[in-house]
Amino acid sequence: MSVETDVKTLVIDEQEVSARAGQTILEVARENDINIPTLCHLDGLSDVGACRLCLVEIKGNNKLLPACVTAVQEGMEISTSSERLQKHRRTILELLFAERNHVCSVCVSNGHCELQTLGQEQGLTHVRLPYRNPNLSVDASNERFTVDHNRCILCTRCVRVCAEIEGAHVWDVMGRGINSLIITDLHEKWGSSTSTCTKCGKCVQVCPTGALFDKSKMGSDHPKSPDFLPYLNLMREAQ
Amino acid sequence: MTAFTPPALPSEDKRWKIVNGTMRKNGFARRALIETLHTVQSSFGYLDDDSIRFVAMSLRVPLSQAYGVATFYHYFTMKPPGKHTVTVCAGTACYIKGADKLIAAAEKRLGIAQGQTTADGQISLMTARCVGACSRAPVALCDGEVVGEMTRDQVLEQLERWIVE
Amino acid sequence: MTIEELELIAKNVKQENDKYDYEVNVCMDLACASQGAGALKDALVKAAETSEKKVLVRRTGCMGPCSHGPLVRLDPDETLYHHVHAESAEAIVKNLGEAPVPELQCDLNEHFDKQVRVVLENAGYIDPEKIDDYIARDGYKALLTMLVEMTPNGVVHRITESGLRGRGGGGYPTGLKWSTVAKANGDVKYVVCNGDEGDPGAFMDRSVMEGDPHRVIEGMAIAGYAVGASKGFIYVRAEYPVAVSRLTTALREARRHGLLGNNIANTPFNFDVEIRLGAGAFVCGEETALIASIEGRRGTPKPRPPYPAASGLWGKPTLINNVETFANIAPIMRNGGKWFFNMGSERSKGTKVFALTGKIANTGLVEVPMGIKLREIIEEIGGGVPGGHKFKAVQTGGPSGGCIPEEMLDVGVSYDALLKMGSIMGSGGMIVMDDTSCMVNVARYFIEFCMTESCGKCIPCRAGTAQMFTLLTRICNGTGTLDDLALLEDLCSTVKETSLCGLGQTAPNPVLSTLKYFRDEYMEHILHKRCPAGVCQMEAVNSATSIEVMA
Repeated sequence: MSVETDVKTLVIDEQEVSARAGQTILEVARENDINIPTLCHLDGLSDVGACRLCLVEIKGNNKLLPACVTAVQEGMEISTSSERLQKHRRTILELLFAERNHVCSVCVSNGHCELQTLGQEQGLTHVRLPYRNPNLSVDASNERFTVDHNRCILCTRCVRVCAEIEGAHVWDVMGRGINSLIITDLHEKWGSSTSTCTKCGKCVQVCPTGALFDKSKMGSDHPKSPDFLPYLNLMREAQ
Repeated sequence: MTAFTPPALPSEDKRWKIVNGTMRKNGFARRALIETLHTVQSSFGYLDDDSIRFVAMSLRVPLSQAYGVATFYHYFTMKPPGKHTVTVCAGTACYIKGADKLIAAAEKRLGIAQGQTTADGQISLMTARCVGACSRAPVALCDGEVVGEMTRDQVLEQLERWIVE
Repeated sequence: MTIEELELIAKNVKQENDKYDYEVNVCMDLACASQGAGALKDALVKAAETSEKKVLVRRTGCMGPCSHGPLVRLDPDETLYHHVHAESAEAIVKNLGEAPVPELQCDLNEHFDKQVRVVLENAGYIDPEKIDDYIARDGYKALLTMLVEMTPNGVVHRITESGLRGRGGGGYPTGLKWSTVAKANGDVKYVVCNGDEGDPGAFMDRSVMEGDPHRVIEGMAIAGYAVGASKGFIYVRAEYPVAVSRLTTALREARRHGLLGNNIANTPFNFDVEIRLGAGAFVCGEETALIASIEGRRGTPKPRPPYPAASGLWGKPTLINNVETFANIAPIMRNGGKWFFNMGSERSKGTKVFALTGKIANTGLVEVPMGIKLREIIEEIGGGVPGGHKFKAVQTGGPSGGCIPEEMLDVGVSYDALLKMGSIMGSGGMIVMDDTSCMVNVARYFIEFCMTESCGKCIPCRAGTAQMFTLLTRICNGTGTLDDLALLEDLCSTVKETSLCGLGQTAPNPVLSTLKYFRDEYMEHILHKRCPAGVCQMEAVNSATSIEVMA
């Protein structure tokens, strides 16, 4: 690890905080119990800055910047929950709810879903946008797990955990835009005999919604536990 | 670690040698993926699972990643093209000058949607996002040849000629 | 190759050309070629062979006014013929040195008088596949002179002094970009030319790559010297096969002449260029997506910083400019930064090539000094709207741009002025629309484009453009409500402010600009179920907006 002693001081939501150079706004905010909503970010995985929920305002900069990939700078004045940000966050969540077929009441992750929790936290009471109701499939061919594309929000956590931590790179995204879809191998059945899947289940643990779930947990409470990642990374770094 | 040996060519078909040539020219480096897929498409007319698998294994690119790339870029097609192809440009200048009506007329005559090929494999109807011949809008490519200031009747005439072949 | 050897080639070409009494230049660019320029050229060659006159028939790149094609220009007297077909070949050759063939003569003085040609200075004068033709018109002189006489810093300084701004879209100062890459740490750096001209309705980059490919290569080599790179990539759309083939030929010729390769002009400077094919993704115009694509991956953008200038291709400092930007470099090096700085408006220097298309008499490529009024471009150079129709709007900047109405036409063209009007310069497409175009339908067209071209990585662009498309479709078919309009405006704001890259951030522009200037057309569709231009088909029944409550 590089030795970085340079210390920065900055202000987040009118609270003075200190940080090491190179830390992201998100890291520093969380250290100081300031909550910035995230969805594609997960401690232990690389950041892609894709969900745009962690956007923050920085004084003197007209653009909103993603807290997960923006490094702190001396004297920054950051606002994490202005009215403008809250409005955009609600719209982004609405866009997600209307994009595919999210029906919380019948979902295996009801009560443990990050999307649902965020909706509640951000005060989203209803969706104004027309539901798109796309015709999407469910692949239950894998002996242990199921992927239900109706509930996928394309955060790509599964893609990253499989490529970066498990090292198998079974998952990726095919197509583009509104037609994007997560796939295994050559868009083959997850349970295909030639599948490169190691059945480790990491993708299931990191999935924020009910898109990836453990078959044995169907009908019961299904909390996910992605907290093993920072530990795993720590152990690897030490080697 | 054992030295990497690229997989054997999928068949005797000489076109695989051309594909392999592109990869060899690039030292079988991962970055050659898109270039190699271009070679596959220009040699075979389209991409399919077998060709993507062969290229991915040869370049040591994860299968899902190769498939993700092949389906990201709209220039690549996963379906064999028809014997003839009419590509109507749907760029802005062409749209303003009625390209949508040309597409609709062709769709109606052929009974297929844009991006599809007739059941007999005779004609493919495609659209392009801009072929750069905007000054002659609306433009269509008939088997690759640019025809400018295209009218609905001209499109239909061209289709009739191909249909009776 | 040394500067002396270069001058010798230029001298030989001139001597060779002096053997001919007349030159007949035939435009063989896409538009003219699609109207029979190929057969015309063959007929001219045949007519020249059988004639007693000494006639050189030359194929050239785009001459500009495509709607007059096929075009032929005679030298030395610069007579321009339009709508020329093979049958006229004999008459043309026969009349050389005498009065021009009257029925072919074309008066486009007003069209050409207001133009200033820098990027297009060779268009119509050289055979794009002959490096000697380029050299005879001062080609590669800037590169070789600079390598011997200037420091890399000096080159960066001259580009900065010129005030040149990126011609690909955003208008970032080119000199600043070059100096950033020059100062970045690293032994390996790259120069990338973005030739993935994605804006529908713009084709100047295609025309430059096809008509004057060496100009792009020379610009890249100069950039390589300035920033300390020895490797360049040209990323070209696969939809431009001719550009690919011309560039391939040009690169081979440049290498053969020692203008690319090791120890160029007997200096320690090495530089070579490789071609990379695009594969149909508009988002690859975004720098970070372009880099991903050259690396063989999905063309999805990444958050910046890090900027490519610090960490680009394979993590190395990378300079990315578009074709037209590189095409400006050699003239600036030859004529000096001040020369360029003195053209144009206060904050937009030099000239800009525009692709004039749509409902306008003289479609084609024009190059004008920055600051010229839109009205001059459209009415004087473009010849106005034909067929007795009334001008309604000009769309600039492609899917990231906006529609500019009649009352704004007296504004001078510059990066800032276009931005202020709710549009952007973009790569230079100008699509003229008349009273037969529906502005709501146009907005829907562009949003459909952005929806199809969205990479899908960030939510606002992926799902936001899809929702905007649904809402605009409702308005177009007469089922839209005022609530839908309010939602649409809400989405515009979120997509614009929260999208990851330029594609999403600018996607709402066509909607916002049409709402700003043509709101009455939206209201006609919503309140009276009527499309004023008669474009949109109205549906009878009004469908209710579904609202679902979250659990």
